[in-house]
Amino acid sequence: MYLYDDFDRTLVAERVAEFRDQVRRRLSGELSEDEFKLLRLMNGVYLQLHAYMLRIAIPYGTLSSQQLRTLGHVARRYDRNYGHFTTRQNIQFNWIKLEELPDAMADLARAGLHGMQTSGNCVRNITTDQWAAVAPDEIEDPRIWAEILRQHLTLHPEFSFLPRKFKIAVTAAAHDRAAVRVHDIGLRLHSNGSGEVGFEVVVGGGLGRTPFVGKTIKPFLPKRDLLSYVEAILRVYNQFGRRDNIYKARIKILVHDLGAEAFAKEVDAEWQPIRDGALALDPALIAEVTARFRYPDYAELDDNPSEVAQARASDRRFANWLGNSVANHKVSGHAIVTLSLKPEGGPPGDATAEQMDAIADLADRYSFGEIRVGHEQNLVLPHVEQRELPALWRALDKVGVATPNIGLVSDIISCPGLDYCSLANTRSIPVAQELTRRFRDLDLARDLGRLHINISGCINACGHHHVGHIGLLGVEKNGEEYFQVTIGGRADENAELGALVGPAVPYAEVADVVEDIVAAYLELRERPNEIFLDTVKRVGVEPFKERVYAAR
Amino acid sequence: MLLVRGGRVVADRYLRVLDDAPIPDSVPVIIPAARFLADAAELARREAPTGVLWPNNRRISELVPHLDRVALVALAFPTFKDGRAYSQARQLREQYGFRGELRATGNVLRDQFLFLVRAGFDSFEVTKDADAAAFAEAVGRFSVFYQPAGDRRAPALRARLQHARPSVADAHERV
Repeated sequence: MYLYDDFDRTLVAERVAEFRDQVRRRLSGELSEDEFKLLRLMNGVYLQLHAYMLRIAIPYGTLSSQQLRTLGHVARRYDRNYGHFTTRQNIQFNWIKLEELPDAMADLARAGLHGMQTSGNCVRNITTDQWAAVAPDEIEDPRIWAEILRQHLTLHPEFSFLPRKFKIAVTAAAHDRAAVRVHDIGLRLHSNGSGEVGFEVVVGGGLGRTPFVGKTIKPFLPKRDLLSYVEAILRVYNQFGRRDNIYKARIKILVHDLGAEAFAKEVDAEWQPIRDGALALDPALIAEVTARFRYPDYAELDDNPSEVAQARASDRRFANWLGNSVANHKVSGHAIVTLSLKPEGGPPGDATAEQMDAIADLADRYSFGEIRVGHEQNLVLPHVEQRELPALWRALDKVGVATPNIGLVSDIISCPGLDYCSLANTRSIPVAQELTRRFRDLDLARDLGRLHINISGCINACGHHHVGHIGLLGVEKNGEEYFQVTIGGRADENAELGALVGPAVPYAEVADVVEDIVAAYLELRERPNEIFLDTVKRVGVEPFKERVYAAR
Repeated sequence: MLLVRGGRVVADRYLRVLDDAPIPDSVPVIIPAARFLADAAELARREAPTGVLWPNNRRISELVPHLDRVALVALAFPTFKDGRAYSQARQLREQYGFRGELRATGNVLRDQFLFLVRAGFDSFEVTKDADAAAFAEAVGRFSVFYQPAGDRRAPALRARLQHARPSVADAHERV
């Protein structure tokens, strides 16, 4: 839990007042759409194909039940009764009217929510592990550092007009659930040889048109230097990042062109004069932020209570869900529960107002009023007592968020695509929906094991197709929708970009091709527990290509 | 274009001199960077104040050896989207201790004013007259700031340490 104080509240309220004035100036004609564009973008307001879209930040993916109810309220009152959770721990509302935007923002601000810096060429919402503070493999809570960065980089006077958008992610776990190696800056908390915890600093990762896995420019940065070092990176980027070509403006291009070593030297030259200045984080500052995170008062409980054993033995559906959607918690007797927003035939990441209300109530009852949002577009209840799992499962099943497909073939990441987005070349949601129908058989899905399909409707890669185990990228060919298909990508600590399987395939055939790839995997795998990624790594792309394209 | 300084619209006492035009002796002038660097020794003997118009793609460190002889530095915003001069401004103010006039030129609009002030600018060649009139309102829009910058206001992280911690009952819980 992070407690907002008067500073945070005042700033968000002042931002809403400013935006209300900007909307008034736009509606009265004082501002042209072009001039208004930059201002609305700084508040997360996009103009899409059919309407304005409002993107709200969920810093480090942590929501209170009250905040989730507020999101439900906004969906109901100002939108068409649903919201869409994105791959960057944001939520988007797709049908908001311009004249109602200030009121929607004011309602959100009362719950400590806002759209600041969810778009535009500035530092975006800082993301982290959705299992922060509950994962057993974590060294400490990464959200402390995400919050310190969030504050420092909110309405930053120097970095609000960068060459391009800028994304930072933080992880503190052995297994990287925050995809830090494909961010502009990735921070990995780890312990050095003498037991001190600091950051590995990775820069220049990213997807989009020119994907790169980031380079480590600082293997160990002491905590006190976090803000000064990030400031130095941003200062180098602000001055030397390309501004002549939007497609070459991200920091990854600068890092690539200079070389990681030369880039690190530039950063160091900017860093030395400021590292001992006002940005040095003394222990009192860190303690102040840390103290405003509140943690649940867990009951002392044993693992594997009899309630769970009984339910598992008597109900196969519960057993499947337990095996799939429930993860180990760092506190004994507790569990981390993932709620699937990927039902058969549904658009990935969508939740209705009723679902948000119901999940908020369940969070109050079973998870200390706390909900997490992950980059895979699912929700998480992070603090569930194991003995409550059967009751929670029944409730989640009623709400429609207990599909036991977490991490499986139908847990698809997808951008909104041509159904909403003015940049898209192709639809992507209908492809995801069709694939969830093709892979509706959960026994098959379990047999396939971990398999991530990521879909982007254009080269901007919002659906992270490069790092999907199977990646689908929508392209336009002679006015028709086509998909390029890659395999072998991954976003974790061993991040890699997928490789093309063959020529692009027409929209109508893309689901068939995915089925053929999956069939090829079943044929090629060495043993049942060799996951898709490992098979691709062992045999390469060629055997997949032969099997999938032979008949085409 | 109107010049705003000290929060008010004022007359510009500086004359802008193009690259090869003669420099009048007793008038404050602003000179482009290339000429300024070429004639630095000669310009140092002038009695009237000298200002330099520094482009946003030239390292500010080149200007540093001459800073004690410069009364004004004008930094450029070719478009409001091009934010390189914010970095140059902060370096001049915070690292090199420049105390002269720091002027924003180019495409300077209302919604940049607060950022500019915080980066250390103290004069503004404002593109639209209506924006110049709204200067005070735009700069006063926010009363709290999260980060230290060129204007030396106390950021929230430090200011909080001076205050009592919010109680759980009082604070809004933002899980």
